[in-house]
Amino acid sequence: MENGSMALQYLLSGITKGSIYAVVAIGFNLIYSATGVLNFAQGEFVMLGGMVAIMLAQLGLPLVVAVGAAVIVVSAVGCLLEITFFRKLRHHSILHMIIITIGLSIVIQEIALHIWDEKVRSLPYFTGNEVSSLKFFGAAISPQVLWVLGAIAVSVVLLHIFLRYTLQGRAMRACASNPEAAMLAGINIPNMRTLSFGLSAALGGLAGCVISPITMTHYEMGAPLAIKGFAAAILGGLGNPMGGVIGGLTVGILEAFAVSRLPAAFNDVAAFVVLLLVLFVRPHGLLGRPGGEAVREH
Amino acid sequence: MAFLEVENVRRSFGGLVALDRVSFTVCRGQIKGLIGPNGAGKTTLFNMVSGLLAPEVGQIRFKDRTITGLKPFQIARLGISRTFQNPSLFLRMTVLENVMVGRHLRSRASFLSSSLRLPGQVREEQHIRAEAWRHLEPLGLAALADRPAGSLAFGQRRMVELARALATEPELLLLDEPASGLNTREKADLNQVIRRIRASGVTLLLVEHDMALVMDLADDIVVLHNGTPIAHGPPATIQNDPNVIQVYLGGEPDGIPPAGELNLKWTRPR
Ligand SMILES: Nc1ncnc2c1ncn2[C@@H]1O[C@H](COP(=O)(O)OP(=O)(O)OP(=O)(O)O)[C@@H](O)[C@H]1O
Ligand SMILES: [Mg+2]
Repeated sequence: MENGSMALQYLLSGITKGSIYAVVAIGFNLIYSATGVLNFAQGEFVMLGGMVAIMLAQLGLPLVVAVGAAVIVVSAVGCLLEITFFRKLRHHSILHMIIITIGLSIVIQEIALHIWDEKVRSLPYFTGNEVSSLKFFGAAISPQVLWVLGAIAVSVVLLHIFLRYTLQGRAMRACASNPEAAMLAGINIPNMRTLSFGLSAALGGLAGCVISPITMTHYEMGAPLAIKGFAAAILGGLGNPMGGVIGGLTVGILEAFAVSRLPAAFNDVAAFVVLLLVLFVRPHGLLGRPGGEAVREH
Repeated sequence: MAFLEVENVRRSFGGLVALDRVSFTVCRGQIKGLIGPNGAGKTTLFNMVSGLLAPEVGQIRFKDRTITGLKPFQIARLGISRTFQNPSLFLRMTVLENVMVGRHLRSRASFLSSSLRLPGQVREEQHIRAEAWRHLEPLGLAALADRPAGSLAFGQRRMVELARALATEPELLLLDEPASGLNTREKADLNQVIRRIRASGVTLLLVEHDMALVMDLADDIVVLHNGTPIAHGPPATIQNDPNVIQVYLGGEPDGIPPAGELNLKWTRPR
């Protein structure tokens, strides 16, 4: 293959992975702006989504139903986490909360290991199979990549519409921007916090389903996703969901090209380099603005 | 029957007693003034009525229902709204969106119904938007509707906050120094706005340092000093109350200046 299509191939693979990081980053941002919690259990939602859908599909449910049910189950898990662990602990320091979310992510992994063992599994390809491919300017892409990009693009657009043009979405932004004023406008803030966990978990769960045929699903897959999603969220400006999209795609693409140049052992280096660089050079992110309050608004 | 009843309320911060043995009532349809020097505890009292702070002792009743212990959003739903000394807005949302948030508690669509019944949701959203507009226009905010609240001047922010408070359709509105930071012209407008709010049937509790404004508007005034009420009555009585004069002018009670001179001092903004 000549150079151009090779580059295109890397780009496409970067965008695919990046879209998953974007979803994780959006999840980080939604929860962070509504609750102030940096949820490092975010990657586990992706893992759980894949696992639950695979289990339901193996029970004989049609793929659509399995995926839909998985999204609902994971979303419920997200809500439950908020209600059981974060409602009461709200006044702890940000560091405490981070440690709690890391603890939760380990617990979720252990539970997943217990239920689904350590086998690597995957959902069937949504259309075609692992060898089917479409030609795209000389690069070959699996139809599943289109599913991933389509599903994620649609959810990002829906999320945007939700935040901008609905009662509850506006309430969520209000709650992120100025909780005191939001309360006084009659908004039930605890419910908004639960909703932010539920939404983030649902998005993560969906991503876990659509990506499963490509990257496989494994009980340990969540932690690295959380780190890369976090890098993406920081890059896009913490608290800004749509910034997460830019951040996620950037991290994914950088990673894909890094993999093409560096030995496989350095697979994850790109995300960390990005994370450190951003933290040093532009801590408020590419799209974020320096300064206090604005950071948590969207 | 009293509309709002504050009964023997006490609140301290560490060693500092901000409010103690505060009791008064507000009748429906009144404008009640609440005045007192800086640090008297006026804002602390507002925080307790709106549920941001809990009193350590005492009770607050609204329409014969005890509201102490309720969450701010529950109190808001009962029909109490407020503004802050420093306007507290959603800075990156537009003026219209800020006021639309005020419609939250008058709108029904739950999360599920809003995502499942699309046509109903669209209709509700249009209704919220129309209602928000209805509250922008009388406050002269229509031209600013699409500006982010963070880009507005101080006086305009005040009006946006007021519009948002009114959009909740409160029965009782607490205004914390609505005239501070406004110029003479804006104050005159504010005077008219507050009169219109009262005429529409809303009861007001007004904290204000601008004596001319509060004496002109209030039916009845409570004076707080060091966290305790020292006088209570119609403006004319308050202006001639020796305790009040002493607190405000720092003079001796027997050194009361003649009423004319006093009135000049009252009208001077802080
Ligand atoms: N959250 C708080 N923590 C500690 N002290 C507080 C707090 N809120 C108010 N105070 C103190 O309580 C006292 C009363 O304050 P408050 O803000 O109620 O006064 P105010 O009458 O509104 O004054 P101003 O006219 O300056 O607005 C002040 O001494 C203030 O420092
Ligand atoms: Mg005050």
